[in-house]
Order: sequence, then C-alpha cells, then structure tokens
Amino acid sequence: MNAPQPPATGRDAAAVNAAYEAEAAEAHGDVTVDELDLAAELSGVPSARATDDVAEYALRLGDDALILSQRLGWWISRAPELEEDMALGNIALDLLGHARSLLHYAGTASDRSEDDLAYWRDEHEFRCAWLFQQPNGDFAHTIVRGLIAAIWMQELHTALSTSTDASLAAIAAKSVKEVAYHRDHAVQWTLRLAGGTDESRERLLVALTDTWVYIDELFRDDELHERLEGIVPRPSSLRAGFDEVWDAVLAEAEITPADFVDKKIGASSGGGRFGNHSTHLGPLLAEMQVLARRHPGASW
Amino acid sequence: MASPGDIAGEGWPLYEVFVRANRGLSHVHVGSLHAPDDDMALRNARDLYTRRNEGVSVWVVRSSAITTSDPDQKGAFFESPAGKNYRHAKYYEKSAEVPHL
Repeated sequence: MNAPQPPATGRDAAAVNAAYEAEAAEAHGDVTVDELDLAAELSGVPSARATDDVAEYALRLGDDALILSQRLGWWISRAPELEEDMALGNIALDLLGHARSLLHYAGTASDRSEDDLAYWRDEHEFRCAWLFQQPNGDFAHTIVRGLIAAIWMQELHTALSTSTDASLAAIAAKSVKEVAYHRDHAVQWTLRLAGGTDESRERLLVALTDTWVYIDELFRDDELHERLEGIVPRPSSLRAGFDEVWDAVLAEAEITPADFVDKKIGASSGGGRFGNHSTHLGPLLAEMQVLARRHPGASW
Repeated sequence: MASPGDIAGEGWPLYEVFVRANRGLSHVHVGSLHAPDDDMALRNARDLYTRRNEGVSVWVVRSSAITTSDPDQKGAFFESPAGKNYRHAKYYEKSAEVPHL
C-alpha cells in the first residue's frame, strides 16, 4: 500500500498549474477556439476567385442576408418570450453565416474581406432588395417578412446549389437546409397568428398589406442575370415555385390575396439591386457600422 | 380550457424536454421551456437544446402531464428498504437439489 502523498504546496503546486496551463494551451496551438470555428464556418471553395459579375451577384445575396440578419438581431431581448428570442436569434446567426460566405466570395474579385464589404461600404453601394431593409414592425410584420424571405431563399438556394460556379453551389447547398428551417418557423407562426385571436389575425393582415409589395423586386431579371446565364438561375424562373408555397400557406391560414393585396396601389418599384434604397436602410447601416468606423482595425 | 393569453399576465405553458444523444441510448431530460403548443415546443426545444449536434431525437411533454414524487417525501419514498435485508435474495441458501435456479 502506498503512503499518503503530501499535499502539493509551493513550488509543486506552481509546477502542476504550469503543466495544466501548457496542456490547455496545447489543445489549439496559438489559435483561439473562436478563430478555428470562424474559419470552418465559411463555406465555398477555398482560394476560388469570383469574376466581377459573379462577385456582383454574390454581393446582392450577401447583402440580403446581412441586412435581414441585422434586423432580426434587434429582437433579442424584445421577443414575446425568451424562446422566441432564441429562435429569431438563431435565424439571424444562420443568415449572418450566409452573408459571411457570400461576401467573402464577392470580396475575392476586388481583394476585400467580408468585413470590408460589410462595414466600409456606403448606403448606395449596398445591393439588398427592399424587403430585407423593412423595419421590424410588430411581431406579425417580422414573421411575414421572414416568410417571404425564407420561401424565396429556399427556391433560390435549391436552384443555385446546382450552379456551375462551385463556390456559389457550395454556399447554396449549406444554406438551403437552414433556410428550410427558417421557412418552417415563419409558416408555423403565420398559421398561429391567422388562427389565433381576432387581434392577431388583424395584425397579420396589416403586415401582409404592408409587406407583399416588396415581393416583385425579388423576381426581377436584369442585365446581370443575362450575363450570368447558365451560372445562376433567372429570378423570374423562381416565381412559380414561390407562388406555389406562398399560396398554400395563405390557403391553410384561410387568407385570400383579396384580404390584403387590394388595399395597396401596387408593388414597390424597389431598386435595391442598383443601390437605390428605402429610407430605412441608412439608419440601419449607421448603427451596424458605427463601431467598425469609429475604431478602424479594432478586433472583438 | 383556457388558451394562453386568455388570462391577463399568463404566459405559455411549461414543457419538459428529453433528448436522445445516440441510437441505442434512452432519452434524457435536458431542461424545460415555454411554448404556445406541442408543435412549437418541439421547435423551441430544437433551438434551445440541440443546436450543437447533441441529439438524434427530441421528446417534449407538458410539465403538467408529468406526475412526480414529492421531494419532501424522499425518506418515505426511497428509504423504506433499509433494514429489510430479507428483500435481497442473496441472503438465502441455494438449494443443492435445484442446480439451474
């Protein structure tokens, strides 16, 4: 039987601590856990370089995801329940991941990082559609905007996952699973608001009236899509798939387009793809970019 | 039955969450959450408890559907076998004539 060991004291204890710290440091070398995970999160083909047209296209989608993510982050601590804080926060984080991959890829054409693109562009250089910059409104507005965004993104990423551009295909293949969950979240809440109380249904209809006008911009073809023919899907080609899901959700919620479409003059002309934005984007960017611009080069 | 929101100040009902980490293991209680109904409880459980590849299956059940033992009655509930060694079969002599018992 071994004699009881004396307790580690003085120099012994220091040696034990040093050995422990060395072992802890060894696990990740000089790289912190955060850096390891962040590098692994970027999907796409390493060292791939985007053409100018593909970069412009990636910029559009990256800005959509970035701006919607920033909007959703507002809900954290403000959602109806803690569980909904988490759900909206998780969706925002997924979208931030999409934005990072897309902006990283877009930046390869001009040797800019995703941070350069997110924090050091001015309003007119952003390419997000108007839907994504709309204010959060009440919970129903956020849900309707999320529903439109998720149905559209699922159609888009499904088509894009077979792109001949390997980076766009890889980003889309990763995103499509996450977007399917976002869609489910929005559908579940749409049905509950529609079938809940009189007030929840009325608020949902108001949100639909305010938001449907931004749908058309998502499906508008322009010269960029002509130049990228065969590489990316034409926006107009996604409309039929979107309408099928959109109509089915509304039907299940027992809402007809006449309940909200007739209350507004017509669809918004948009213009986000060309840098013409609603009045809501500027304040959002000011808040999102203030830290990076006030402290250039800061890392956190 | 009253729905959530019918009574002022009332929140969503409480659910208990059980996650199965792997095939072959049993579901283990991981925590609780509030949700407006069963379907949303399952989705909230996914957001709150399985975001880091924890599981292959999730169960949720309304806390009100679970009947529990009273923690204050732990003594009466769980300690009753103490001093009753005859409950443990190992104190009996095995009969030599019954080899395959």
